[in-house]
Amino acid sequence: MPDDITPGNIEQFDVEPVNKKENRDLFKARTKIHPKRGQGLFRTLKWWIMVVTLGIYYLTPWIRWDRGESLPDQAVLIDIPARRFYFFFIEIWPQELFFVTGLLVLAGVGLFLTTSVAGRMWCGYSCPQTVWTDLFLVVERFIEGERNQRLRLDKADMSASKLFKKIIKHAIWLIIAMLTGGAWIFYYADAPTLTANLFTLEAPMVAYITVAILTFTTYSLGGLMREQICTYMCPWPRIMGAMMDEESLLVTYREDRGEPRRSHKKGESWDDRGDCVDCNVCVAVCPMGIDIRDGHQLECITCALCIDACNSVMGKVDRPRGLIAYTSFADEQRVANGEKSRIRPARPRTLIYLAVFCLVAGIMFYGLFTRSDMDVNVLRDRNPLFTLLSDGAIRNGFTFKVLNKAHEPRTFELSVTGISGIGLSVVGAEENLSGGPPYITVRPDKLKSLRILVTAPKGTLKNDSVDIDFAIKEINTGEQAFYDSVFRGPKK
Amino acid sequence: MADQVRVDPVSGTETTGHKWDGIEELDTPIPNWWRWILYATIVWSIGYWIAMPAWPIVSGYTKGVLGYSSRAAVAEDIKVAAAAQSQFNEKLRKASLEQVRTNSELLEFALAGGRSAFNVNCSQCHGSGAQGFKGYPNLNDDEWLWGGTLKEISFTITHGARNESDDARVSEMPAFLKDELLKENQINDVAEYVLSLSKNSEDAKAVSRGAPLFKEHCVDCHAEGGVGNKEFGAPALSNNIWLYGGDRSAIRETIANSRKGVMPAWGPLLDPDTIKKLAIYVHSLGGGK
Repeated sequence: MPDDITPGNIEQFDVEPVNKKENRDLFKARTKIHPKRGQGLFRTLKWWIMVVTLGIYYLTPWIRWDRGESLPDQAVLIDIPARRFYFFFIEIWPQELFFVTGLLVLAGVGLFLTTSVAGRMWCGYSCPQTVWTDLFLVVERFIEGERNQRLRLDKADMSASKLFKKIIKHAIWLIIAMLTGGAWIFYYADAPTLTANLFTLEAPMVAYITVAILTFTTYSLGGLMREQICTYMCPWPRIMGAMMDEESLLVTYREDRGEPRRSHKKGESWDDRGDCVDCNVCVAVCPMGIDIRDGHQLECITCALCIDACNSVMGKVDRPRGLIAYTSFADEQRVANGEKSRIRPARPRTLIYLAVFCLVAGIMFYGLFTRSDMDVNVLRDRNPLFTLLSDGAIRNGFTFKVLNKAHEPRTFELSVTGISGIGLSVVGAEENLSGGPPYITVRPDKLKSLRILVTAPKGTLKNDSVDIDFAIKEINTGEQAFYDSVFRGPKK
Repeated sequence: MADQVRVDPVSGTETTGHKWDGIEELDTPIPNWWRWILYATIVWSIGYWIAMPAWPIVSGYTKGVLGYSSRAAVAEDIKVAAAAQSQFNEKLRKASLEQVRTNSELLEFALAGGRSAFNVNCSQCHGSGAQGFKGYPNLNDDEWLWGGTLKEISFTITHGARNESDDARVSEMPAFLKDELLKENQINDVAEYVLSLSKNSEDAKAVSRGAPLFKEHCVDCHAEGGVGNKEFGAPALSNNIWLYGGDRSAIRETIANSRKGVMPAWGPLLDPDTIKKLAIYVHSLGGGK
């Protein structure tokens, strides 16, 4: 057992909530926190979330997805030089960047939803700061021992073994930090190739710089600065306060049950006193270094480790669990008034967030799956607006862009309508041997830009500006795409 | 000087000792990390002066031990780009116009090079869209003074018109009034006849007076019916495309005092690859034959 407590005699932890607002002196250096390792439902949940999120982060760039010869085979790839974002079977072109906006909106609304239901779930369970700090704590605990051993090591004079331990710990931290930076850059280039290039020093400079920056930030934020990020730097704690209301489930110390608090000897009566035995284990396990018994505070990331710790102590003294628990302000009121306790996750605020989330997700999915895989864009020449030919005909020039978003080359037939006798010629198109409209072949996943000339025979222009329509038709499937434009001529 | 130095109880720092209307200032020392970074930047800058171009001297500058020059770096980049393009230039040199037009990669390369060379060299006179101005031909249309095949366009670009070079295109339109070949009223009649060739005249009498004059003086170069002659660089007068304007006064002025536009010879100024790209570009503007 990590603690040397015998059932009935609860160990009193000698620990100060050093990060409590009242103890944070502006002119004093930060006191390092050595959280005790916890055990329980929420701790297990946090381990699982950590494994899954870190697994996704580190392993995703290595997943392969075959897209054909000319395209990258990495499942998730942000290909900046080629201006494409690949996500398994989804491919986003730059003009579809609003899908990323949609993702960010979903992330935001999702955050509002989870926060209004159960408080700072993001902060306590899945925020990268929490996850990496937790990971670095695992390393620290592995090398330097449990909480008491770490405290003793800190106080001890520098010795060979202490120096050795510190060096190993920081070295492992740096390696983890470099792997973190490494994983990041693998999202932007082919992972196996880039890994090889990194070691043969052939990778682009920006890759090395990015790894260096992320190594520095991961090491500093996860290893050195830890809870100070949440307390001082991050804007979310301040924003999240606005997203919680009286029905949000928050990690709460049930004062009415716990006070007045006093240590408890085995066999003592529980009359005229609260359930809290003042063991301070909730302070000892807190990674933020606060005392939850002071009430809700900005520094609490609702990681629920104190819930686990207190529940195990309550179990040992044969008292009901839940002295610290997820509960809401309104529910505490209800219980204090003698009403039945109930939680209300479904209420107007949360239902509206959920509706907005589903609406945005629905729109995005609809847009994503009804995208056409071919498109045409036409730019009129502005200079000159029109050209007068020797036989009296008027001609306009256009820059014609055909997008082929499919993964194989495709051929399109090009046509224009709107003026009787209208003529079309393309600089660089293939001849349509059947004598019909010109053909254009576009390579897979590419945009082809051509110059086309549209001629209106003498006398056919009714106006100095006439509407015309361009169409491309895929010769095999007959699928079409259109673009409306105008034909300009001399002023009548 | 600093007379009333005291230690501030809240922060533990000394004050500067000055009091301004009872207001004091803490003499907080600069953080050590900041100070050391400042020293590091000083050491770095001295190293930089030694290694890189740094200080201006009267007529030059200190070049630095590493010998870096941004101009040289740009020249290097240009060389690398030229080397990368060299295989395309090779192919382009050997290809005929037809071959280029059917090879989309080569065509893109030629057009891109032609477009950028055009914008740098030709757009000042011919316009950024090659639409021309009064006296500067419109390269988009299908009327050519000297021929619109790739070969002819190439020749015109290389040798220019009416400049000092030996092979420049030269056309000599007489100045009929200035050189006293025709009288003013005769010029008016000829102008009317010319307008009638593009069906823009209503003065039948003047047209009939001008017809024999045209036959005598103009047909040798401008051909029967004013259809033009590319050998002499004589424009076609029977369409609505005019280099100097198609209204009566412009045509009269042309006949009376002649026009002598000048185009530089680009052969000595540009390399043959660029001229070929320019020719392909101009040809592709829409009027190439």
